[in-house]
Amino acid sequence: MNSSAISVRNLWKVFGSGGAKIPLDPELSALPSSNLLERTGCVAAVRNMSFDVARGEVFVIMGLSGSGKSTLIRCLTRLIEPTSGSVSIGGQDILQARPAELRDLRRQKMSMVFQHFGLLPHRTVLDNVAYGLQIRGTAKNERYARSREVIDLVGLNGYEGHYPEQLSGGMQQRVGLARALAGDPDAILFDEPFSALDPLIRRDMQAEVIRLHKDMGKTMVFVTHDLSEALKLGDRILIMRHGEAVQCGTGDELVGSPANDYIADFVSEVPRSDVLTLKWIAEPLAAGTPGDAPVLSSSTIIRDAIHTVMHSSSPVLVEEAGAITGQIDRDSILSVLRGVRAAA
Amino acid sequence: MSATLVDLEETPDTQAAPVRAPRRRLSRKTVLLLSAGAIWLAGYFLLRGTGTLTLPTAELTDLHRSLNHFNAWVASNRADNPVFLYVFSPLRSAVDAVANVFTTTFAASPTGLRLPEIGWLGTVGLLSWIAFAVGNARVAVLTAAVFVFFGLQGLFVEAAYTFSLVVTAVLLSLLVGLPLGVLAGISARIEKIITPVLDFMQILPTFVYLAPLALVFLIGPASAVIATVIYAAPPIIRLTAHGIRGIPENTREASDSLGTTGLQRLFTLQIPMAKRTIVMGINQGTMAALSMVTIAALIAAPGLGQVVVRALQSLDVGTAVNAGLSIVLMAIMLDRVTTAASERAKPATQRRRSKVSRRLRVIVLGATFVLVLVLVQLSRTVLWAAQFPTDLNFGPAITSGVASASDWMQTHLFLLTETFREAVTVAFLNPFQSLATETPFFIIFAVLALAAYAFGGWKLTALVLGCLTAIVYLGLWGDAMVTLASTLVATVIVMVLGVLFGVAMGRSSRLDKLLRPVLDAGQTLPAFVYLVPFLGLFGATRFTAIIAGVIYAAPAAIKIMADGISGVSPTVVEAAVSSGSTPWQVITKVQLPMARKSLGLAANQGLIYVLAMVVVGALVGAGGLGYDVVAGFVQSSLFGKGMAAGLTIVFLGILLDRITQAAAFARPSKSTHKAQPVPNNSVPNTKEA
Repeated sequence: MNSSAISVRNLWKVFGSGGAKIPLDPELSALPSSNLLERTGCVAAVRNMSFDVARGEVFVIMGLSGSGKSTLIRCLTRLIEPTSGSVSIGGQDILQARPAELRDLRRQKMSMVFQHFGLLPHRTVLDNVAYGLQIRGTAKNERYARSREVIDLVGLNGYEGHYPEQLSGGMQQRVGLARALAGDPDAILFDEPFSALDPLIRRDMQAEVIRLHKDMGKTMVFVTHDLSEALKLGDRILIMRHGEAVQCGTGDELVGSPANDYIADFVSEVPRSDVLTLKWIAEPLAAGTPGDAPVLSSSTIIRDAIHTVMHSSSPVLVEEAGAITGQIDRDSILSVLRGVRAAA
Repeated sequence: MSATLVDLEETPDTQAAPVRAPRRRLSRKTVLLLSAGAIWLAGYFLLRGTGTLTLPTAELTDLHRSLNHFNAWVASNRADNPVFLYVFSPLRSAVDAVANVFTTTFAASPTGLRLPEIGWLGTVGLLSWIAFAVGNARVAVLTAAVFVFFGLQGLFVEAAYTFSLVVTAVLLSLLVGLPLGVLAGISARIEKIITPVLDFMQILPTFVYLAPLALVFLIGPASAVIATVIYAAPPIIRLTAHGIRGIPENTREASDSLGTTGLQRLFTLQIPMAKRTIVMGINQGTMAALSMVTIAALIAAPGLGQVVVRALQSLDVGTAVNAGLSIVLMAIMLDRVTTAASERAKPATQRRRSKVSRRLRVIVLGATFVLVLVLVQLSRTVLWAAQFPTDLNFGPAITSGVASASDWMQTHLFLLTETFREAVTVAFLNPFQSLATETPFFIIFAVLALAAYAFGGWKLTALVLGCLTAIVYLGLWGDAMVTLASTLVATVIVMVLGVLFGVAMGRSSRLDKLLRPVLDAGQTLPAFVYLVPFLGLFGATRFTAIIAGVIYAAPAAIKIMADGISGVSPTVVEAAVSSGSTPWQVITKVQLPMARKSLGLAANQGLIYVLAMVVVGALVGAGGLGYDVVAGFVQSSLFGKGMAAGLTIVFLGILLDRITQAAAFARPSKSTHKAQPVPNNSVPNTKEA
């Protein structure tokens, strides 16, 4: 699959001695975590994970703490060595890469933003941002010029000479972001980048990421434990639990048709009218509905349809790909707003 | 709260036989330790005086004689044995050459008028300038003042010798220590190999390095420097490795994720971020070096140490105090300058304010350097600038003043000091010493083996028995017991001080702030200068050595205890207070039990420090192993015995270190599986309503 930026197949990461055997053993690999720990003393942090990330996509990996999401994202760049499986980046299997090739890949193709920023305290903002370029041997003038551009891009103008300690958490993470952008990588990996920030700053930073993604169109893999963040940023979301993928899909797929009770419970707090589209609540066309009733696209978010539906005397028609596929009325809108779970 | 605590303490104990005495059941460990005590007392009273293995002062065993032969053999074969010819002698000459560069520069040249390359004025100027360059203006003034004061004391040349040897040793320690530290910081495997070696080097009293080194490298500055390097390199290695290892995982990961090579990581990340810790290592290494260089006077290292040793041997308190004062001043100066250097190595943000004056600083450095050159040139051409003017020598005045003060105290405070000394000696020291020396050796074997088993199981018991057997084999059992008795008595006092002050400091941050600088200063002084004031007060007895040992060891123990007490989680203390505990209950039921590990560590460090001091105390009349070592330096017929005494000290040190470490790190009970956040269950017999 060369069209995908990142392609992961049957990826395992087992911590503990003798962990390498577990993915190969059909009996052991089927055991749930607690039994596995008891039998072998090993912890399977990532189990048999497969997914593709398309070019330019924002792919969110989400799960509670201990679900293995941070391990998974580190396996993608081999900061943690996977136990088995394959990870290919732009068609190259990085698990087969030799150290020099791997270094090259990290320098050119993907960079990472960390939860605790990982800035170098003894370097100024400018030198932190230029660090990646310095590592790959870019000449001084060039790397400073490029770094200034990126610093501009993340809105840190005027702070080039400051040290990380003198900046607020949000600004430090902007430095982290700038450092990741400086090398102009194909993909950026985010490991819970905003968890350590307070809510207002977090919102700003999320907007920043959305803006950057819109401007630069880079592939992004984003780890978070915050569902609203996942829904806000992600084109697609992968939910993990005990190292396994539970469900992978777009935000409205997760909310509209949760794969199991775990996901359902997970998304139960989400304001459904903000996530679901009309597709999820449309009812079959009734005989009495007038043909000249207003028409809305099935991909309209429910919240955006409220006004139209409430001001229409008749039910509203739902259209998908040019054909009328159903209708919605005030009751169906109100039941969503009231929080009654619609039978999907 | 306290009631619940007791309940919780009882619960994990259930593995032993149930029922019987439900309230106060003694743990197996307590039973073992109590029976060890009982065996000792019984053995003492029943078998007193038998099997004591004492060796009269002038007598030798066959082992000692064969060591003497070995000594003679080395002396006669030094010139043509290939090991000496190609390894030891070149090493010695190389070290000598480096040391010579510094001693001829600062102290004295071997020819002519014996004037150094740079006279006193140039030395003061140059060293102050260096202090300014690596530190700040304040330490530069301190450096100048201290060196001028050496001159006023009439000890400029001696101080310059000591300083030169310290500089030589620190440079060589860095040469060895930095690469090793970096390697140990990068590679877990190398660290695993190095750590036990460093641990071992740390428990050896400074004293015991000297004899074997003198045997191989002859006495003189070269051996002194080599001994000092062995002693000063460990803290440098340790702190370098620690600094490199202590870099936050996420920073390292971030740099890895950008594709750094190993070398790039080392130079852009690890060394810059560890810089401050490394400089702190240099600070500790320097203090260790000063300590060792002074003691190396025993193997003919020139300098202040020799003045002290000679004065101690002739009980000349005045001279000892004068020279001891210089050592203390040199210690303070070296400590301040290296600390200022480590401040300078802090990340730029934490010393922002100096940013404005950076240009100015460079200009001032440049201008003062010109001045320094003038001073140096002056001190090379004009006699008064080369040799400290003798009419400004206040040394004799200080010496005689101190001597008369000491005389006055010894005659007028005689009643006080003598009563104190005799009270402690008769009531405490003598009984304990006779308990140690007059009990048959096999009883002591049994007692220590039981204690070892109680704390650390079979492995420790085997180690302890091995050490004891080695001590018997070395033929100095009696002397070892004398040293052991003094060490234990001093350690008990140290622990009492440690707990009292440690608890007080741990509970009051104000007191902590007040005392900590004093304790820090106390720890930087070389072992040996502690003997001087107590010699003045108490005369030459083993008591003097014990008191000096107590004062030497107390700061370490107090600091460990204070850290342990203040490290107890504030929530736990709050919970105890909120359930109505009195301060005393909080201390005895919560803080001390939870700081139990610190208690063990304090005992461990206390023992090691005290042992080092009690051994050095031989210089002021403490008997035992230290005396044998010193005698071995002086008389070649006692060389073998001194060597054996040194080894005995090593085994004694290992034994004490291992037992106390095991006691410190012993887990409450074997049931470690269920993580139980209860302090521990080994606070036996706490009666509680």
